[in-house]
This record gives sequence, C-alpha cells and structure tokens, in this order.
Amino acid sequence: MGSYVPNTEREQMEMLRETGCGSFDELFCGLPQEMVISEGLDIPEGKSELEVIRSMKEMAEKNKKYKSCFRGAGAYRHYIPSIVKSVVEKEVFVTAYTPYQAELSQGILQSIFEYQTMICELTGMDVSNASVYDGAVAAAEAVMMCRDRRHETVFVSASVHPNVLKVIRTYSNAADVKVVVVPETDEHVTDLDMLRKLLEEEDKPACFYMEQPNYYGLLEDPAAMAEIVHNVKAKFIMGCEPISLGVLKTPGEYGADIAVGEGQPLGMPLSFGGPYLGFMAVKADMMRKIPGRIVGETTDDDGNRAFVLTLQAREQHIRREKASSNICSNQALCALTASVYMSAMGPEGIAEAARQCAAKAHYLALKLGDAGLKTESSNEFFNEFVTVLPEGTSCEAILKALDDNGILGGLQLDDSRILWCATEVNTRAEIDNAAEIVKAVISGKEA
Amino acid sequence: MDLIFEKSVPGKKLTILPECDVPEVEFDPAFCRSKKLNLPEVSETEISRHYSRLADRSHGVNDGFYPLGSCTMKYNPKVNEDAAGLDELTDIHPLQPVSSVQGWLEIFDTAEKYLREITGMDAVSFQPAAGAHGEFTGIQLIKAYHTANNDTKRNKIIVPDSAHGTNPASGSMCGYEVVSVPSSEEGGIDLEQLAAAVGDDTAGLMLTNPNTLGIFDRNILKITEIIHNAGGLCYYDGANLNAVMGIVRPGDMGFDVMHMNLHKTFSTPHGGGGPGSGPVACKDFLAGFLPGIRIGKTDAGKYDIEAAPDTIGSVGLFYGNALVVVKALSYLLTLGREGVPEAAKNAVLNANYMKAKLEKVYTVPYDKGCMHEFVISAVDIKKETGITALDIAKSLIDYGIHPPTIYFPLIVHEALMFEPTETETREELDKAVEVLLKIHEEAYSNPDKLHSAPHNAVIGRPDEVTAARKPVVRFDFGAEE
Repeated sequence: MGSYVPNTEREQMEMLRETGCGSFDELFCGLPQEMVISEGLDIPEGKSELEVIRSMKEMAEKNKKYKSCFRGAGAYRHYIPSIVKSVVEKEVFVTAYTPYQAELSQGILQSIFEYQTMICELTGMDVSNASVYDGAVAAAEAVMMCRDRRHETVFVSASVHPNVLKVIRTYSNAADVKVVVVPETDEHVTDLDMLRKLLEEEDKPACFYMEQPNYYGLLEDPAAMAEIVHNVKAKFIMGCEPISLGVLKTPGEYGADIAVGEGQPLGMPLSFGGPYLGFMAVKADMMRKIPGRIVGETTDDDGNRAFVLTLQAREQHIRREKASSNICSNQALCALTASVYMSAMGPEGIAEAARQCAAKAHYLALKLGDAGLKTESSNEFFNEFVTVLPEGTSCEAILKALDDNGILGGLQLDDSRILWCATEVNTRAEIDNAAEIVKAVISGKEA
Repeated sequence: MDLIFEKSVPGKKLTILPECDVPEVEFDPAFCRSKKLNLPEVSETEISRHYSRLADRSHGVNDGFYPLGSCTMKYNPKVNEDAAGLDELTDIHPLQPVSSVQGWLEIFDTAEKYLREITGMDAVSFQPAAGAHGEFTGIQLIKAYHTANNDTKRNKIIVPDSAHGTNPASGSMCGYEVVSVPSSEEGGIDLEQLAAAVGDDTAGLMLTNPNTLGIFDRNILKITEIIHNAGGLCYYDGANLNAVMGIVRPGDMGFDVMHMNLHKTFSTPHGGGGPGSGPVACKDFLAGFLPGIRIGKTDAGKYDIEAAPDTIGSVGLFYGNALVVVKALSYLLTLGREGVPEAAKNAVLNANYMKAKLEKVYTVPYDKGCMHEFVISAVDIKKETGITALDIAKSLIDYGIHPPTIYFPLIVHEALMFEPTETETREELDKAVEVLLKIHEEAYSNPDKLHSAPHNAVIGRPDEVTAARKPVVRFDFGAEE
C-alpha cells in the first residue's frame, strides 16, 4: 500500500501512549462504535507510485489528442509561453494556502495585487477581485451583486454562451430571482428593441448581461446597450474574452458597471474544462459589493510597502449569512497563471495574439466558404463564426472526416450549423488542409 | 519590493509568436480600444527573477509546518502533479466527442466509486469548484427536494454556532433564513435547543462532524433523526472528513447530502487560495437533482454522459476543476483500502499528541479528546499578560511555522486552532510544541517581543485598518498621456 504517513509504527505507538491511549481503537473510542466500518472500505488496495502513474497514464491514453483544433465555444487552445509553466509550477505557489497571514505571504499577496491591476487594465475597470471559479460563475455572481429591494429582475441576452446562461439561471433559481432572456435577431446578435421593451415592461430591473464577442463570435453593440440599460437605472454587465481586449474596446470604455469573463485563454490549458479562471472587475462605486478576496496595498510598522487581504467585511468568514457571497477558495493559481501570461506577452503581445486569432479565423471562414460552408452572419466577428450547411451533406459527415484526420472540427449547434474557432496556434497549412477535407466531403469526393 | 510594473521599460518584449501567415484583418475603429493597455514590458529574465523573489516571500507546505486549522494542509504528493500534467489530460477540449474522452470519463467514474464508498453516499457530482460551491449546490438539492414535494413552506436552514462562515452564507444564497443553534458545554450540538428550533419550516441542517472544535458529536444519530422527524434533510460539510475517512461515513450518520474538499482531505494542493474541488455526494433519492454531467455506460461498455433527470442546472462552465479530480484520484489509488483509514488515524493521533503536550500550559476549553484538530484559547494569557492569539500567531512566524487559524471558531475567545495533519513527523510536532512553550513563557517574561512579532519576516505587521479605510487595490500608472 502507498502511504504519506512519515511516522513508523513504533513511533505511532509511543505517541499513542503520550496521549494516554493504548491503541488507535482507544483513540477513536469516542465514536459511536455501531457506526465504525469494521470490515474496512470496499475499495482496491493501495498501490506503489509506479503502479499509480501507470494506471493514470493508461486512463489518460484513452483520450484522443487532436493535432489541430478548430473548436472553441468557451474553451480555447492557445500557445502557452514556457515561462508560464515554469513559474506556476514553483512548489511554494502550488502548495500555499490563502494568504491569511500577510507577513508570511507577501509574495502571493503581491502576485494577486499585480493580477488585479492587470485585469483592471485589460477591462478598463477600477477594481478587480482575486478570481472566482470560472467565467460562468463570474457572470452569475455579477448578476447577483446587482440585486437589492428596488432591483430584482435579471436580464440576459440570448446570444450568450448557453452554459453561462444555465449557471445564471441556477444561481437565480436558488435565490428565487426572475431571469428574462432577451431574444436575438435573425443575425444572431441581441435584439436592441426587445431589450428596451422588456426592460421598460419590468418594474424592478436589476441588470443586463451580454457577451462581447457573443457565443457565435459576433461583435455586439455594447454602447447602445449601455445606454438602454442605464436609462432604466439597471447595471450593465459585460462578459468578455480576455485576449480580444488586446484590441477591442474595453467594458470600461463602453460604460459597463461590471466586467467578467473566462480567463482560460490567458495561459491555461484546455484540461477538459478546468481548472479555469473567472475574472471579475467593477467600477469604483461597486467595490464594496464585489464578492471574493481582494488584496490591498498598505504599509507595515516601519513604513515598508505591504500587501494584505482587505475589505473583508464583505466576506463570509466575517459576515456569515449577510456576506456578499459564500466564496472562500478561489482559483488563485490560475490567476497567477494569467498574470505570468500577461507579463510574458506584454501589451503588444496580447494585441498581436488578438490580431492573429482574428486573422486566422477570418482566413478559416474564407477557406470554408470556398469549400462550400458559408458564414451565417454578415456581422463582424472576432475568432469564432457559424457556418451553414449546403444541401446534400451533413455536419456529422464533415466533422467525422476531419476527426479521421486528427482534426477537431467546429462545434455542431444543430442539424445545419457549426460554430468554428481559430487561434494563433492554427497555421495557414492546417487551415488549408482542413478546408480541403471539408471540400471533399461536400463535393462527395472523400479526401 | 518593486511591482512588476515598476520594472517595465517601453519596448521590451519577448518573442513568443511568429509573424502572421495569413492576411491581417482590420476591425472597425468603433470596436477598438483607445485606452492604453499598461501590461508589463519586461524581459524573460526579469519575469523569472521577479517571481522567484515573490516565491521567496511566500510560505508553502514544502517550506515547513502549516497547522492551519480546518484547512488540512497535508503534504501534496508529487506523483499527483505528474498525473495531472499528462498531455492526454491537459490537451483535451471539454466539448470533444464523447468517444474521444473515454479516459476522462473513466477518471471521473473511478473517482466517484472511491468517494461513494468513503462517504457512504450513492452519487457524486464533480462540478462544484470548491467547498463553499459544494455547499451552495448541496443546499439547492435540499431545496429542489422540498419543492418537488410541494413542501414550500420550509424556509429555514439550521447551522450550529461553531460552523464555518460559508455554511450560513450558502444557506442564505439559496434563499433560506439561517437559524443558529448554540453548542453544548461539551462542544457538540445542544439537543434540546435543536429540538426547539426544528419544525415544519425546517428545510435542513448543515453540520461539520467532527466540528470546528475538533470534536466528534456522539449524538450524531439523534441529531439527524431530529431533523428527519421534522421533515428536513441533513447536509454534511466535509471540511473535516480527514479525521474519519475510512473509519465512519457521513452516509451512515444519517446525512443525505454533503460535499468533500479534495484540496483538503484528498491531498490536492491549495495553490495560494485555489483551485480546489468540492464534489457533492448524495443519497439516491437526491441524485436526480445533481448538476453537471452524470456518467453512465452504453450497452457496448463505453462511457456516456447525460444530465440528471431533474437537475438543478449547472454551477460551472463545464465539469468542474477536472485536473484537481485527477490529483485526488491518484492519491486515492495510492492509499487504497488500508491507506485511507491509516491517514485519518494518524491525523487524529498527531493532533492528540500535540494537544496532550500543549494542554500542560495552554488552556484547551473543550478538552474531552479531539479528532484531527484542537482549539486553544489565549483568554487567560491575555488577561494575565496582554498577549493575544494574534501575538502568539505572529510569533510563530519567526520560527518558520505557519500560524494556526486564529479567532475561529467564533465560540472560543482568543482561539488558536491547530490541525497538524498526518503527514508531519513526530520531530516536527515536538519542535512546534517546544516553540509554543517558549512563546508561552515569553508571554510572561518578555511580552514586548511578542507584541511586536514577527521580527524575522520580510515585513512587520501591516496596517490593515488603513488598507480597508483607504483601499489601494491596484497599481496607479498615473494620468494617461
């Protein structure tokens, strides 16, 4: 059996005697004995390290790793600079707890302070927290922040990621909050007239959540939305893709009250969906309502720069049932990952990554169009777009042909629509190759 | 020390990406940012050294004893990290075809089997990303159950006064009124007060057992019976599962639903605050409400996924912190049938050993034997010397020991809560005891030294009041040119 207990049996016996117990049974005599599982657990015996890693590898190898990936829909394969992994794997960053004891945790506190600054810079907002679980939870926590007695109903655009909408609904259901979904137009962007109408019909609108780019990769009109939403004294929440903010207008510039998003593109591998990073930033007037840890700068007795967890009066360990959220553990190591990624890329590197994502996606759209898969909407898009199927073929046939060639194609949305994605890691040759395969399927001549 | 922004020099950069090999696209300027993006402009050397310095100014489990109560800071085995680093796990998209993620589903399924057996529950969802997230999910299962029974008048969740702050906060996020019940003199739940608090408005009870005093409530079967008789359900906060895993099971104590903290009990690292993983486990009659994916098998023996029939929905973007589950599974495979209870036994032994040595000089308010953690009160010391729990905690830092949890649980004044865990050697415990005895002695002989501790840390005590009154929560780059 494997074990990480360092004390020998003899040491354990000596220690037991020190506690006044003759045996482990005696040590546990306070437990209701009828409950003790005397026959032991029905799980396999423990294993050696070599056996364990062998088993884990064996399971892992049953997954298929694609040589190219054109699927996004909330999780993106980007290049991760080597320095990121090297920093994030430092033992102390991996194994430390939440930095409750400032004197012993200055490094971690400072890294969070730097992260908060970078998120504020990226989003154009004033205050960032230290992270929440993922982008969907960030959106849900954001809508919950906007409620009070005069602001009750939550509005969400139909063009947001369906999983994000699901999480917003789950959080809202829990607190008996009404969610109104604002429909999308035929072009698959938020219907602004409906947004205005629905908000005006409601007594106590709390907030409106939308995404830029939206689920289909399309660019929405946040400036118009901000105005409509603020006219009814509701809060405007923007969900954003972080790399796109290297070039796209920030939520701060659009007048958003809260910016949230999924930080996975900032240096985190796909990892079957997690751990990822929920980022959240607000305007200064909402600073005392934002959930989660916040690090602040102060000084020590001698006037040295010091960092501490601050504004804790919002949090569950102080406020208990009156806290702004129940969050305790967050995604600190992922926030560190994002910080190192942003430091390695720099402002120009992030902008370049954004430009390349967009360029590759537009080239992919062009090539797929040539192959017979037309782009659905004429609106501007960032690095994702939807194609519609021509007569006489199926999404399944196209995706299977790509799969057989080690290529993960776009995500099938329904019988005729596929959501495609490209990032800076997709080469022109890869895109040409994928388009050729698609063309062969559509023309009835398998490659 | 300098912030990374203060090392920034315009024009410095790394060469990460090649030139773009396809035509560039121009966005309509209306869509583009005009605000300057102040990210660091630094070299790779500087990044490497900056973070090395930050690492030097931090304290991990690798650096020394970390007896932070209720946090289970056990050693984080390295083979778990290797497993979670396998490319065939990290390079897998969450929305790949089911046939291409059979390995991932096997990992989830295997981990679920182990955890079901350890908890005595019937079904597990790995979607919750942390303990509090699990609580929020579990309480929603309770709510969904009552709603399904058209039993909607139940609007109260009962929580003992010794509970973690997340418990009442989770209850309230689910729209419940939170009723706090006092602890008995022995540190358990006061049965009479509990019986008086329950009624046809009781939705459920949230309980940690052993509780935050490190005491296993012997009346647990009576407690869960009182709740069940009133028509409520019982939620087990698994934060302290390390004390009893493989010995007794929450499912056998009468609990209906619970969460585990894989980042405590099952050895996955805390990452400076996360990511953790807070899977929720429940009895069969609640399984239909679980969020996220349920894993089944097709007739052909392949894994398949579907949503639970009456699911509460979804509490995360995808399936939870999947790589953390990998680490926990690697740990479970290692420990297995004998190793799991062995860990619990030694966690309890180490706590009792330390407590036995410390209670000779320190006050232990609930002294009837503890499980994996124990709580000291510095009330007497404070009365006699002015030295507080905070002073004692800060003094430990000078000896390279991470302080225990302080001022918690709230029912103990000047509390210091120690959880040594099973992965510490007797020598390490002896050393810590020796330091604590020395600090106790110094509280009387040299209180000024303790008041001004730490003396050897990279900073002295920070001014937290100013930090909260005049918050500086980001670096100020000055006015934009």
